[in-house]
Amino acid sequence: MAEPAEPPRQPNPERQPRRHRRAHTTARDLERYAGLFAARTRVMRSSAMRDLMEITARPEVISLAGGLPDTATFPPDSFAAQMTRIAQESSAEALQYGPTEGFARTKECIREVMRAEGMDPDLDDIIVTTGGQQAIDLVAKTLVDPGDVVICEAPTYPGAVPVFCSYEAETIQVPIDGDGLIIEELEATLDRLAAEGRKPKFIYSVPTFQNPAGQTLSAARRRRLVEILRERELLLVEDNPYGLLRYEGEPRESLYKLDGGDYVLYLGTFSKILSPGIRVGWLCAPPPVMAKVVLGKQASDLCTSTLSQYFVDEYFGEGRWREYIDSLRGVYRSRRDAMLEALEAYFPAEATWSQPEGGLFLWATLPGYIDTTDLLARALRENVAFVPGAAAFVDGRGGSSMRLNFSASGEEELREGVKRIGRVVAEQVALYGTITREHRLAAGGSRPSDTRNAGGDVVPLPRREDGE
Amino acid sequence: MKVVVLKGGRSLERQVSLRSGALVEDALAGGGHEVVAIDVGNDLVRRLKEERPEVAFIAMHGAGGEDGTIQELLEILAIPYTGPGASACRSSMDKPVAKQELRRAGIPTPDWVAFSQAAFAELGAADALEEIEERLGFPLVVKPARGGSSLGVRFAAGRDDVPQAIVSALSYDDRVLLEQHVDGRELAVGVLDAEPLPIVEVRPRDEDRYSYEARYEIGRTDYVCPAELDESDELAVRDAAIRTWEALGCEGFARVDVMLGDRGPQVLEVNAVPGLTDTSLFPMAAEAAGIGFEQLCERIVALAGSRTVAR
Repeated sequence: MAEPAEPPRQPNPERQPRRHRRAHTTARDLERYAGLFAARTRVMRSSAMRDLMEITARPEVISLAGGLPDTATFPPDSFAAQMTRIAQESSAEALQYGPTEGFARTKECIREVMRAEGMDPDLDDIIVTTGGQQAIDLVAKTLVDPGDVVICEAPTYPGAVPVFCSYEAETIQVPIDGDGLIIEELEATLDRLAAEGRKPKFIYSVPTFQNPAGQTLSAARRRRLVEILRERELLLVEDNPYGLLRYEGEPRESLYKLDGGDYVLYLGTFSKILSPGIRVGWLCAPPPVMAKVVLGKQASDLCTSTLSQYFVDEYFGEGRWREYIDSLRGVYRSRRDAMLEALEAYFPAEATWSQPEGGLFLWATLPGYIDTTDLLARALRENVAFVPGAAAFVDGRGGSSMRLNFSASGEEELREGVKRIGRVVAEQVALYGTITREHRLAAGGSRPSDTRNAGGDVVPLPRREDGE
Repeated sequence: MKVVVLKGGRSLERQVSLRSGALVEDALAGGGHEVVAIDVGNDLVRRLKEERPEVAFIAMHGAGGEDGTIQELLEILAIPYTGPGASACRSSMDKPVAKQELRRAGIPTPDWVAFSQAAFAELGAADALEEIEERLGFPLVVKPARGGSSLGVRFAAGRDDVPQAIVSALSYDDRVLLEQHVDGRELAVGVLDAEPLPIVEVRPRDEDRYSYEARYEIGRTDYVCPAELDESDELAVRDAAIRTWEALGCEGFARVDVMLGDRGPQVLEVNAVPGLTDTSLFPMAAEAAGIGFEQLCERIVALAGSRTVAR
């Protein structure tokens, strides 16, 4: 940084310390910084999309872009009572550091949640993390060397990709359909890698109410997937933030349960069933992996917020957490239904979308000539936002899809938001039709190349060009 | 001097503007000015009336800040402001209008055709695409008529790319510009008070075009300043930039983007409020001329002060 120049005139220099000024970085500074950046930062990229997404925070914008649970549903009174009890009964402890693995009491709460989904882990296999996001980071930190392969779904959770990138993994995406990850495609990818003498470090999957597509892995595929892990001795990271938010249909057994916790690592979080603001998640891993993960966590942040863990304990101590999730399910089910109805009513026939049985998201796919990043700019002029599909791919696919969130807005807002998006989509479909009909006839009648989105209950997902 | 820095706003380039604005604030505060930053919203006029600044520094890019809207408001409020006047902003922001002005002044600019979205729906403009493509040839560049930071700009290598590129461009504006592509070196000429600054050459490192990402991220694009040009090219480019500045009636500071191809310099566009971020070209050019960022902001403010506001 350059030396600060003369201090600026200040009305009351004693009153407040002078803020450190940012100096304008010169071209030389830039070069110097750029020369210092680690190689892994080269793949950590900002994007036009990210800047556009910032605009979605404007209050007049109906944002179907977030992944937020509706925390307004949490009763402020019980929040106040719990925090008061912590202050009165455990002030010193709650303000102190805690064990890196997390408090045993917090792990008991975690086990209660996991038991609700049919799992029963050993407490020693659990580490409390700073949100599920840190759990992804710790797994990658523990397992990935530069150039290692990580397999994930196509599309995948957009927040996972930067984690893999920052450890310089080569991320390979395997397509999903209405029944989740396509196992044949996975096996083909594994075979191809094996032929090159490579083996992925792990598979990252959100098998239930997937983010972003909303799809759930079928029971048969779950069984087959777990077999493959055993046959090929592969690790899989099951990320399950939404499993308890099922609005219809029978619960599916978790991969962690089916596998018994040998080849499957399990990520959970309180973000969607209690609060994302407390930043408490967890990871279940077999002891040898856990030992390294604990060391990694120590290096990252020593321990998960003690205060947050106390809050979780208090909350579970009240014994009403199941009721709260029930109430969330009721709210979100109606919102999902409102969004599905609005899509039927307002999206043009050329569009298709998933029918999630739970979770927070659905995935809509438009004709291939519509670029949803550009469409977002158009939609923002109508004060509505969504996540462009390209965010969920590492390889430029997904350009015609979008993720829509139905948990964070009221039903009326959802309808209005979908209506506005439908209007701009219809406008672009009509415009393209106008241009091409005439244009193509003049050019000899060739049709627009993209017809892959026609029909079926399978989510149409753009496929990778041959090979990679 | 009391200066308000106007930044942010509602355009798609809001983030870039916030970055420009923050740096300007600090530079002016460092120079001893009383600085008030305003993130422009629907209380702008009220805030300006309360603050009563001696100068407004416009650090807004895109719609609202760069298209003459804010400038007109400031004129009504009799507040001197930085950069070109309202009418110069209006014509620079609108690429087809700017290109028309350039052509009228005999300044080379790539051949183009512009359409409104309505022309496709109501006048069957698509029927003319074949003739247009024949006239402009491929590859051609498809851009929103108004907009910055390369948002919505597409290259069409052949006719099959054109419809999709038009749909993309029309996501950002209700008019689209189809422009002949000029193969050559990408140059930017900052002009400060009618004097050209050293020329910057832009060389994208890992992409074949100048994308939004490459533009604002450190280490993604190489810049050479002063650009290595032979004397006749340099003179021609500087001359084109100054004539452009005059043709559009610019004042204060602006940036002229030029492609230098086989047929000499061709002016692509004028930025009435060029970016002032760490990776922006205008401050880079000023620095090459020995004008540090604080000094640059000082000059820009002084030029605003000396300008007659009543027009």
